Amino acid sequence: MSDATDTGPVLAADGTPLKRSLARALRAQKMRALALIAPLLIFVLLTFIAPIADMLFRSVENQIVSETLPKTVVALKDWDAKTGEAPPEAVYAALAADLQVAVAAKEHTKVGIRLNYQKTGVSSLFRKSGRQVKKWDLAADAPFKEKFLDVDEDWADVELWQIIQTYSSKYTSGYFLNSVDMELGPDGIRPVDENLAIYNLLFKRTIFMSLAIMGSCVLLGYPIAFLLANLPLRTSNLLMILVLLPFWTSLLVRTSAWKVLLQQQGVINDILVWIGLVADNDRLVMINNQFGTIVAMTHILLPFMILPLYSVMKTIPPTYVRAAKSLGATNWTAFWRVYFPQSVPGIGAGCILVFILAIGYYITPELVGGTDGTFISNRIAYHISRSGNWGLGAALGTILLAAVLILYWVYDKIVGIDNVSLG
Amino acid sequence: MKLKTILLTSGAIAGAAVAFADGHAPMADSMTLVSWGGAYQASQTNAYSDPYKAMHEGLEVVWDESSAEAVAKLRAMNEAGNVTWDLVDVVASDAIRLCDEGLAMEIDADELLAAAPDGTPASEDFGDLLVSDCFIPQIVYSTTAGYRTDLVGDTPPTSICAFFDTEAYPGKRSLEKRPINNMEWALLCDGVAKDDVYDVLETEEGQAQAFAKLDTIKDDVIWWSAGADTPQLLADGEVVMGTTYNGRLFSLIVEQDQPVDMLWDAQVFDLDGWIIPAGLPEERLNRVKDFVKFATDTQRLADQSKYISYGPARASSAPLVAQHATLGIDMAPHMPTDPANATNTFLYNYEWWADYRDDLDAKFQAWLAQ
Repeated sequence: MSDATDTGPVLAADGTPLKRSLARALRAQKMRALALIAPLLIFVLLTFIAPIADMLFRSVENQIVSETLPKTVVALKDWDAKTGEAPPEAVYAALAADLQVAVAAKEHTKVGIRLNYQKTGVSSLFRKSGRQVKKWDLAADAPFKEKFLDVDEDWADVELWQIIQTYSSKYTSGYFLNSVDMELGPDGIRPVDENLAIYNLLFKRTIFMSLAIMGSCVLLGYPIAFLLANLPLRTSNLLMILVLLPFWTSLLVRTSAWKVLLQQQGVINDILVWIGLVADNDRLVMINNQFGTIVAMTHILLPFMILPLYSVMKTIPPTYVRAAKSLGATNWTAFWRVYFPQSVPGIGAGCILVFILAIGYYITPELVGGTDGTFISNRIAYHISRSGNWGLGAALGTILLAAVLILYWVYDKIVGIDNVSLG
Repeated sequence: MKLKTILLTSGAIAGAAVAFADGHAPMADSMTLVSWGGAYQASQTNAYSDPYKAMHEGLEVVWDESSAEAVAKLRAMNEAGNVTWDLVDVVASDAIRLCDEGLAMEIDADELLAAAPDGTPASEDFGDLLVSDCFIPQIVYSTTAGYRTDLVGDTPPTSICAFFDTEAYPGKRSLEKRPINNMEWALLCDGVAKDDVYDVLETEEGQAQAFAKLDTIKDDVIWWSAGADTPQLLADGEVVMGTTYNGRLFSLIVEQDQPVDMLWDAQVFDLDGWIIPAGLPEERLNRVKDFVKFATDTQRLADQSKYISYGPARASSAPLVAQHATLGIDMAPHMPTDPANATNTFLYNYEWWADYRDDLDAKFQAWLAQ
């Protein structure tokens, strides 16, 4: 250090090159920091990331068919569905052998349930056949084709075998295709029947309604946040409590309150009828539709817009607006050219928060959404907790997650995530 | 006779059962029961678990109100290798599914369950209601309709088809947000004979016919997904008529005294009962078996009907159905199985819906969303 003209490496006090010494010190510091956050990191990985990854993995996993019916899957490989003929005896013999093993392990009904998602009736076909196959003697009872047809003639159905063949691979794109209203057909991918198509509509609706909710949150939240940031402290604190009070109230209570207000025999309709704006037999329908969902969710998510807006507005020095005005700007110009641009990071943060919360919302649309106000999350919940089709639920969830990440990325490109301030 | 049955069974279960008969089998001193919450769970607590607890000092009974998600949760518990439930109350269709998935234990009714007081074995006493190898029936309930007496004018509805008659009965009606029952009623009211309903519903044309019939009232329907919705809507006067479980309507009419009446026509019978999760450790299994034997005997099932208007699943319990525990009214006329109420009934076809549920539900939801 003392000799600036020395061309050799700069040495630290202990004689090692300064660069290496610094790097070592930094590394030690990093390790210490990592050790400090390690418990949390491990906790998050184990209890949050890993289960989610496991659940998402189910959207492509399809081992049940090839694991339960291994011989059948192999025997079926050479069969060509396009001939329009049922598979040869060898396939039925393999199926009999597989089913006997599966029945003993009580696995055959699970395959039935899995394939029933693709073709109606397979569930009971496997249950019914399992009861009979159990009694067969694999060596003496051949040929099996007729025996299977005796149990149920659906076993001659080419479409059934086609589905077993299509879904015999360990991993499938079937769930993802189903979640965009497509399916795996014999000739590749095709759209599902029109009377089954629902998911594209629901995805579009979820995005559209989340944007609508986000927009109304900005419109309602901006003036309130402005007021909060500019009133004297005592008044603004009181107003702040009014903002936070519903925030602390149970979600269910608030949703139910909207029901009481908006329903046809509800408070708002009663008042409208009383002042004569609406006829008694022609009351407004304001709930169990999109309108109800948007109103209730805007109310519920409003604090998530107001709070970031408020914390950003609080940091905007009032002197800037005063300076603008003293230089001749009108009230509007001073606001629009000076104040508003500085509050944009708050709008960005609020919008991201509200939109991402809205897109995955479940309970409010379920309660007040009726038929045209429900979200994709209601279908995900249905598949996870009611129908048991976890694969489809996982695929829908993966798409939703990907959509959020893409929108986040787009937002970063357009607005820039550095411009977002949560306070 | 009981001992004989026990001795005849083989394997470890028999060993455990014999030991239990001697009173030596180790039994867990707590158990977790899963049910639906609300008045129904209260009736189970009053009729089953409280008396059982009185007999077994120190026993801890934990209730979990998760029956609506029982299939999903049991599956998740099973995959995690940690089943924390000991006895789960589910509807019959869920029991069939859990049995199919190997998540519920198969039972031998005569071995596990008490015989009737006259000695009739359990399998005969429950009869056809043992719809699955894993299912221990408790009650018969029905999904049926109620209407506002003050909103239907001078001619109260007598047929389920009143739901499709918006001219005679204007106003909203509430139906469950799923195809089951609604598709059947739509066909019945479109002139299909009761015995042909499922044959018709199997065909594309039949399904289209049912949807076309439902289309005629689509704008007048509020769709419910929780059993409490319809009673609330009826009480608020939001709907003129609506479907729900008969016990919910009973409490609305009798306990809360609302201007509502039952429309029993074409009520759909369904079953609710217990399943034992597969793979319980021996101590907990012993405890559950002991409890189930007690809780599903003739007297206990009859006792439950003191608290809620669901019919006991045992034939031998029917004559014992008495009066409401607090209101002191006769419960028999409020049972879905009462002859006066059961003039026109429909039995949920489990096997058929197990096959068609995935497909028809997708179609139904798509139809709703359009």
